[in-house]
Amino acid sequence: MSEYIIKNGHVFDPVQKIKGDKKDIAIKDGKIVEASEVSSSAKSINAKGKTIMAGAMEIHAHVAGPKVNAGRWFRPEDKIFDSHKKPGMTRIEGGKSIPTVFKTGYEYARMGYTFAMEAAMPPLYARHVHEEIHDTPIIDEAALPVFGNNWFILEYLKNREIENTAAYIAWILNQTKGYGVKIVNPGGTEAWAWGLNCLTINDPVPYFEITPAEIVTGLMEANEYLGLPHSVHIHQNDLGNPGNYKVTLDTLRLAEKVKPKNDFGRDQVMHSTHLQFHAYGGESFANIESKAKEVMDYVNSNEAITFDTGNVTLDETTTMTADGPFEHHLCSLNHLKWFNVDVELETAAGIVPYVYSPNVSVNAIQWAIGLELALYAKDPMRCFITTDHPNAGPFTRYPRVMSWLMCAKTRNERLNTFKNADKIIDRTTLAEIDREISLYELAAMTRAGPAKSLGLSKDFGGLKPGMNADIAIYNINPEKLPTKGEDYEKAFSNVAYLFKDGKICVKDGTVVDNGQKKTFWVDVKVNPNKQVRHDVVEKFLKYYSVNEGNYSVPDDYAPHQHIISLDATHA
Amino acid sequence: MKTVTLTVKKEPELYLECETLTPDAFAGKKADEIAKIPAYQGREDTTLGEYFSIAGQAGASAAETQIIINGDCSKMKYIGAKMSAGEMIVNSDTDMYTGGWMTGGKLVVKGNVHSFCGLGMEGGEFIIEGDAGNYLAASYRGDWRGMQGGVLRVKGNAGSDICTFMNGGEVIIEGNVDIHIGTHMEGGKIVVKGNANRRVGGQLVKGEIYVFGNINVMMPGFKHNRDVELEVDGTKAVFAEYLGDLGERHPKRKGETVYGKLYLKK
Ligand SMILES: [Zn+2]
Repeated sequence: MSEYIIKNGHVFDPVQKIKGDKKDIAIKDGKIVEASEVSSSAKSINAKGKTIMAGAMEIHAHVAGPKVNAGRWFRPEDKIFDSHKKPGMTRIEGGKSIPTVFKTGYEYARMGYTFAMEAAMPPLYARHVHEEIHDTPIIDEAALPVFGNNWFILEYLKNREIENTAAYIAWILNQTKGYGVKIVNPGGTEAWAWGLNCLTINDPVPYFEITPAEIVTGLMEANEYLGLPHSVHIHQNDLGNPGNYKVTLDTLRLAEKVKPKNDFGRDQVMHSTHLQFHAYGGESFANIESKAKEVMDYVNSNEAITFDTGNVTLDETTTMTADGPFEHHLCSLNHLKWFNVDVELETAAGIVPYVYSPNVSVNAIQWAIGLELALYAKDPMRCFITTDHPNAGPFTRYPRVMSWLMCAKTRNERLNTFKNADKIIDRTTLAEIDREISLYELAAMTRAGPAKSLGLSKDFGGLKPGMNADIAIYNINPEKLPTKGEDYEKAFSNVAYLFKDGKICVKDGTVVDNGQKKTFWVDVKVNPNKQVRHDVVEKFLKYYSVNEGNYSVPDDYAPHQHIISLDATHA
Repeated sequence: MKTVTLTVKKEPELYLECETLTPDAFAGKKADEIAKIPAYQGREDTTLGEYFSIAGQAGASAAETQIIINGDCSKMKYIGAKMSAGEMIVNSDTDMYTGGWMTGGKLVVKGNVHSFCGLGMEGGEFIIEGDAGNYLAASYRGDWRGMQGGVLRVKGNAGSDICTFMNGGEVIIEGNVDIHIGTHMEGGKIVVKGNANRRVGGQLVKGEIYVFGNINVMMPGFKHNRDVELEVDGTKAVFAEYLGDLGERHPKRKGETVYGKLYLKK
């Protein structure tokens, strides 16, 4: 395999605490090595006046699987005028908010990303998720199966059976080639089958007689019992509604009860996703206001929590979530089309197109809240930038979000030119914040931080010798930083180089190699569990529409696997 | 105003997608530069010059540019799509998406147009001297934003599903139309001077539909309100006014429910 030496670039790496110093980065056999370890025939890359970071890691996006694909076929208009092939080796790239798998891979790579987590995998349709992951070029991916409304989980946790819960999680991860424990509107999606919802953490789920608080706490305990690389990853109750920040704080406080226990260097027990949608004050959309400060005061004080922002990008997009009741509610607000599916014993999903308009006050307030969260974050290693793609906007807008975070002038220009700017400034605190996120902090928020939260910090998210050679080089000169947001946007949209596994996959914003993407999943060994085995057999016989034998994801669905194996057998 | 004349010299094997065939794309260009403008056939990139011989030159802006197209354009899509100003005269039939998303200017097709023409039109004037196919002045597949503004006139007949999701502007069909007229319409005006088949104004929220001839079968969601004398597209007559679609959601304005209106000439 070829050797490279990247010379004279400015390195930003929180793993080694390097803050823009000039340092040569050497690559050999797909790994980063000491500069002395490469031979004289190593190809030299001149990165003078450029920024070097590890490949960025997406912690939460909806990029593969049945829900994403349903969005594609129910929104042909999302692809209009995208049907022409660009010159070069790439395939046709269609879709704006729900791009094809090919465009997904290319666009992440062009922005310097080398990993993406599919945030919600319905176990029953895991095969579809893996088919799409396999077809997404360049970037490594993993998927989080959803557990928060699963009948097994609700029944075990009603009786506080943590060991059975853990054994069932291990079985699902193995069957679906899943990465960790996702929770979406705990209890609420199941309650909706009875025409109800769970809008606080104490609303009981009908029939199962369990509360969201009990589900979340139980899943955190089971997650730590297994010692999984990632913590539970939660989309909380009452998403998107005015006044929901109180429910958010109640949920976040549940993390105080559980201690992290794992061999992956992970410190949090809860990852709270797209927090922007959960930081609203007010009683109605007429008087909605930002509670980002209140939420962040708590998050800053509790090191057992990581979160991602869910930044609104002010675009037309497609909302999609396993929070079925929320999508039904959203459709009644915007009268656009609605897609819904119930996934048997496991979960549900809904899809509604949505246009975030700068002229709509609620949307502008949401935009401000997303930025406030990141700007109030004291520890960039626990705050990650997302758009909950495609819910708050397409991931292809990350460069713009970064420009708003890194350039106060650009941010304030946007804020002050909203149609109802006075109202937005009054209902949020964004105008009072002058913080600008630095390149070093950005490297924490997009590389080292997510890697640590996902339990991947040994090999990913940094540039230390021994780590995987996933490297992004940007046309940003830290000695002469851009003064305009659009210059940041341009630079972050098109890497000068992207190395994946030590191979150049993007050069000057053009894809030159499809790489050798891998599917990450977690295989946990647990004690044999007769109860869970019995329950699985019984539920498949009684309820499932498929046989147990047709449920698991065969190996050929994921030909290039990166398996994280761990032993969670307890004496 | 300067004129560019395009004459078809080669028929496309598949279909030629020419969304670049507009006064906007031509503005400021000479014939040899226009010949290099990209066009697409299937997955292959090509140029307008491959398929047309080009004479004359464009004006400095779209507004100062007239385009005349001769020869058979029946396998060419997107002619005049997104044009914002200027004038185009097509002496032929055209394929799908002709005049879609126009925001201004004037487009005249001397022959027939295929389906999905004038989609999402926002402004300008689009005249079809022959017949139009289905989904005229509708929204793009899946979209909820149909015609928003401008005037579209068909001298012949039009097909089915015309003006779906129409929100504004005016469509005049001088001949007959088939089924599904103004489905999901939330604004604008449709005038059918001939007959309409069935399902006129299904799920109509707002807007006006005028039919001079007969409607084969009326939708059940329309209720007779009154008879009223009106002048519609130059014709003075008494029309029976119906409110509907009563099965659909309707907005309120100053405490009063706003209905869609269907007028039948008496
Ligand atoms: Zn999400």
